[in-house]
Amino acid sequence: MTMKTSTRQVDGVTIVDCSGRITLGEGSVILKDTVKDLLSKGQKRILLNLGDVNYIDSSGIGELVSAFTTVRNQGGELKLLNLTKKVHDLLQITKLYTVFDVKDDEKTAVKAFN
Amino acid sequence: MTFPQGKFKLPNSARRWAPVVTASNGLESAQAGGCSDRGTHSPILTMTDQQVSYTLDSTLETVDSAEQAASRMATEAGFDDEDVMRISMAVREAAVNAVLHGNAYDPDKKVSLGFERTGKTLVITIRDQGKGLDLKKLPDPLAPENLLKTSGRGIFLIRSFMDEVQIHPSQTGTEIKLIKNVPGPTAGGKEASQ
Repeated sequence: MTMKTSTRQVDGVTIVDCSGRITLGEGSVILKDTVKDLLSKGQKRILLNLGDVNYIDSSGIGELVSAFTTVRNQGGELKLLNLTKKVHDLLQITKLYTVFDVKDDEKTAVKAFN
Repeated sequence: MTFPQGKFKLPNSARRWAPVVTASNGLESAQAGGCSDRGTHSPILTMTDQQVSYTLDSTLETVDSAEQAASRMATEAGFDDEDVMRISMAVREAAVNAVLHGNAYDPDKKVSLGFERTGKTLVITIRDQGKGLDLKKLPDPLAPENLLKTSGRGIFLIRSFMDEVQIHPSQTGTEIKLIKNVPGPTAGGKEASQ
């Protein structure tokens, strides 16, 4: 299943609903382009909803890190929402779980943006 | 315990792929029968009762195919869903290394992918034709200064997911051997319990 994204606005936060696989190639490119597009529009409060992301590889992890640092370097915030167990476990073993701000409730996540 | 031919087709290549299965008394080089449209870039399969191997192009398609083949092999060897995911992901990462870092997408260089079931273990071997991985340059992705790096986690994930990993770099390429112990009661694969 290829990666798909759709965006919506909630209280000044752009929620990106992601589904499919974030892997080397198309999946990583779509994530990168989506974040780049949002930043170009000045949307710097980004919540990545990964609830329907069933697979992510090291390239996808790298792309998440890249998105996180790119948004932060532009004065914005990027948080993660609804990790599946697979993605959660991957972020745990790579010690990235504490780097990202991870939420499991959308309302709480939106309120957490400064 | 046998490897039925149809179950081990690499899905993304299936349309152009007509493997030749060898005799069961050892690995033999197979010719790429039925693949004339791809010339020298045809995936080549060799297979015995306990072993199957592929010769694949240095493409992203190979990465996906290797992952899917690993998932099928691991399932049939009797691993549970979590281990199947770990094994297939480790194979995917090794294939990524072979295609990107080893062969650098060179169309003249091939990736060799082999599976071997011994009853107690599933052994997966991935070999590229690159310059050889420099193990001294492998970063520690858990070091604080590397946590926000966007790459360098592949080998770490492979080692995390497999029971044993052997990496053999040479000037003619890198071979990585991934070993996973088959769970006790179902050792030998699902077929053993049928």
